[in-house]
Amino acid sequence: MKNHEDHITSYSLNLSVLLILLILTTISVLAVKFHFGAFTVAVALIIASVKAGIVLTYFMHLKFENLLLRLMVVGVFLLFAIVVVITFIDYYFR
Amino acid sequence: MSTTEHSEHSEYIDSETGKMGMWLFLFTELFLFGGLFIVYAVMRSKYSADFHHAALELNAFIGATNTVVLLVSSMTVAMSLTAIQKNQPNIAIWLIFFTLILAGVFMINKYFEWGHKFELHLYPGSDVMKSLPHGEIMFFGLYYMMTGLHALHVIIGGVLLTIVMVRLKTGKINQQHYLLLENGALYWHLVDLIWIFLFPLLYLIT
Repeated sequence: MKNHEDHITSYSLNLSVLLILLILTTISVLAVKFHFGAFTVAVALIIASVKAGIVLTYFMHLKFENLLLRLMVVGVFLLFAIVVVITFIDYYFR
Repeated sequence: MSTTEHSEHSEYIDSETGKMGMWLFLFTELFLFGGLFIVYAVMRSKYSADFHHAALELNAFIGATNTVVLLVSSMTVAMSLTAIQKNQPNIAIWLIFFTLILAGVFMINKYFEWGHKFELHLYPGSDVMKSLPHGEIMFFGLYYMMTGLHALHVIIGGVLLTIVMVRLKTGKINQQHYLLLENGALYWHLVDLIWIFLFPLLYLIT
């Protein structure tokens, strides 16, 4: 038996999350056509990160998980960000 | 009295630990793809003109279609978890089945996309590819490596979800025990998560 009741995400919330993700996809496709120059990559990455955050929070149920697991996920993404920064420091100041 | 306690005890499944194990595995997957993303970032800053030119070759329409396919499949797999938690196993089975169909659609699109590139002799090691500037060779190398590794994950996810569907049918996954469905869904969301970054970086930005 389970020792606790898991949170149940409703069908309608799942559908709303999908609609938001589809809207964000449309925005990112349209945004590229406007040519922000050097910012194009940044805009695309910001929209992608927002989408990833929504998938992690709702589809992957992080919102309803315990604090330890949420901290682990945040920690891993921080670690990855540090690795990226160190790589670029190495690349530009070599 | 003690025997009933014992049998109750052996039925205990620690889904919290099982889920955490899955997340730890997903972290390793993140760094597997993360390494490739870093190579992409460094090469893009080194050969930005070549990357711009090579990215124009990619079909953004197929990329966008596959994005929608994966997002919808991510929702259906999330909904199948909702269904089993609400004790609606038949709905859960159909939702997993629908997810598998979408995985098939994704792979068929990928087949046509790669097939077209092969017709143009744009594949690693071809004479056309060798004649391209170094940055474009890098772009296509990364394109094949990243989308190929991702497609492999789609196939593995499809196999995993097929096992989940069979166990749903036999009742091994039910309202009380659905850890495998939960972890299968987490894996499938990871496949979606990686594509969320692959799509703009390879297909959209030129």
